[in-house]
Amino acid sequence: MSSDASRLGFYLLIAPLLLWLVVLILLPHIGLFAVSISEKTGVREYEIGFGNYAAFFTEPLYWRTFARTAIMSILATVLTLLLGFPIAYYIAKLTRGRTKTTLFLMCMIPFWVSELVRTYGWMILLRETGVFSNALQYIGLTTGPIEFLYNDAAIMVGLVYTSILFMVVPLVTTLDSLDDSLIEAGYDLGGTSFSVMREIVIPHAMPGIVSGCIVVFMLSLGNYLTPILLGGKDSLWFTGMIYTQFITRFNWELGSAFGFLLLALSSLVVFVGLKLSRQSLTETMGR
Amino acid sequence: MTVSPDLVCRDLVKDFDSFRAVDHVTFEVPQGSFFSILGPSGCGKTTLLRMIAGFQSPSSGDLLIKGRSMLGVPPNKRPVSMVFQHLALFPTMNIGDNVGFGLRQRGVARSEIKARVTQVLERVGLPGFSERRVEQLSGGQKQRVAIARCMVLEPDVLLLDEPLGALDLKLREHMKIELKALQSEFNTTFVYITHDQSEALVMSDKVAVMNHGRFEQIGTPHEIYYDPKTAFVAGFVGDANRFDAKVSAKSGSALSMVTEAGTQIEVETDASNLSVGQGAEVFLRPEAIELAKAQADLTVKTNTSVGVVTSVFFNGANSMVSLKDAKAGMSFNVALPQTGAFADLQPGDEVYTSWHPAKARCYAHDGA
Repeated sequence: MSSDASRLGFYLLIAPLLLWLVVLILLPHIGLFAVSISEKTGVREYEIGFGNYAAFFTEPLYWRTFARTAIMSILATVLTLLLGFPIAYYIAKLTRGRTKTTLFLMCMIPFWVSELVRTYGWMILLRETGVFSNALQYIGLTTGPIEFLYNDAAIMVGLVYTSILFMVVPLVTTLDSLDDSLIEAGYDLGGTSFSVMREIVIPHAMPGIVSGCIVVFMLSLGNYLTPILLGGKDSLWFTGMIYTQFITRFNWELGSAFGFLLLALSSLVVFVGLKLSRQSLTETMGR
Repeated sequence: MTVSPDLVCRDLVKDFDSFRAVDHVTFEVPQGSFFSILGPSGCGKTTLLRMIAGFQSPSSGDLLIKGRSMLGVPPNKRPVSMVFQHLALFPTMNIGDNVGFGLRQRGVARSEIKARVTQVLERVGLPGFSERRVEQLSGGQKQRVAIARCMVLEPDVLLLDEPLGALDLKLREHMKIELKALQSEFNTTFVYITHDQSEALVMSDKVAVMNHGRFEQIGTPHEIYYDPKTAFVAGFVGDANRFDAKVSAKSGSALSMVTEAGTQIEVETDASNLSVGQGAEVFLRPEAIELAKAQADLTVKTNTSVGVVTSVFFNGANSMVSLKDAKAGMSFNVALPQTGAFADLQPGDEVYTSWHPAKARCYAHDGA
């Protein structure tokens, strides 16, 4: 009787999650996969085959954009880590109480504004008639206006900026859990700042580093707004290419195939990353 | 030729924003001795230890190790090692890497590190533990690893920050003896801080009792226990009955005093600066009081009184009874003799007590 009731409760609680997973994730993927393996032979005539995937490998623009997106995303992840780690270390280990909360909030506040607005903010700074260009002319470093937008560096700035919070938060959490006496013990036993960092702090922070990297990599790889707005029409980001297939070319079959290739790529990179850092997914994301 | 002591602190002061944590502390620790700093929490002993380790720098005064001033020397350049309160073993490394950490920092060759780690693990009684993980070890084993990790560097002074605090009672008792044995085995100078008097008394060659940033007394455990120089030491080290009394008469070292409750007591103290009419604190150890069921059975005939048992605190060999003086209503604790002669005492029983005048310690009231 009571076990029946608790079982009912269990199903009721799990129902929203199951609905979410099945209706919003599983079914669309199945549908998309079905579309991706159908080749158009005539008007409303399709047959099953992997022609769309073959098209990806035969057309250099497609797979080069694909590779470029992957490499740029990895680079953005590394840059975010290099920039985020000192920030996180400072917040977690070198500040206390109110200062800590304030700094943490300051990292968070920009994310209260929509990504679109933030990206336009960068455009105001970087464009030819923007703040940087005008400032450089004003102090006389250049004679004419400079265009900072529409290049890879601008994309990189945008990607790092959008995702740094997702690196800082897991890093602060793991570094917070590192007992200060471990760092002191490292120095006490003759360690230098470098060796204490390498042998004590980083191994401890590894789960946070890996989970931050996974999130930042996924966000960069799947980012559409930043590359398009800051990189312009030549940004050549793979998500843009998927968009083109679906909306401009109305080629849903190829677009779906691209979508699955991107999914395969992100899974592969995360898998390799976990293997290289000897971390497990449950250990990094499960906490 | 005089051998300079391993550790010398001269007039050491540490000021924080609003208070002085360490206040003109001066002491020396000779080579190979076990020196304890005993004090309640917040007395400044941790700050003092951290200054010796180099994590904090003194506001004034000097600190010498083997005759060399340590002012401005960072912790990783000092010939001291520290065993932390929670041991601070590196959980990301196995035992061998933990112990070898310091040697790796010094750039010792890999094969030699391995040999020395094996050797030191044998000396602390953990042979073959190199490959184990930290979390696989018991509390006592971790303790020994923490000591091995320091001792492998052959420091001049080993600092220990209440390392036994986290252990359960049985293990703590065991580790006390083991620590002392390890200290004589390595023949290294140990500076040990604790708030647990029994740790300090059992292990130390010398004990310093610290309160409010000052050293109240430095002496052997025996001196600290039997000849406390200040009221704080008398009250902090060991159990003591404390009462306030006024001096009513004085002849040489013998004092007659009247307690607040109105009881007349006789006290003998050497070098007392007390004068007639002055208020004082009197401390009397529970084991210094003799118990008898009849007045005639008392062997000491001074300071006799009759009291009623109010409660019995059974604690094996350390059992005590709380008595209330029949006349003055003053209560005090008396240790039960270990022969078990009074094991049958019940609350409400009437007993006779007495104590020798020389057993009490008295100190003039501060500012009185």
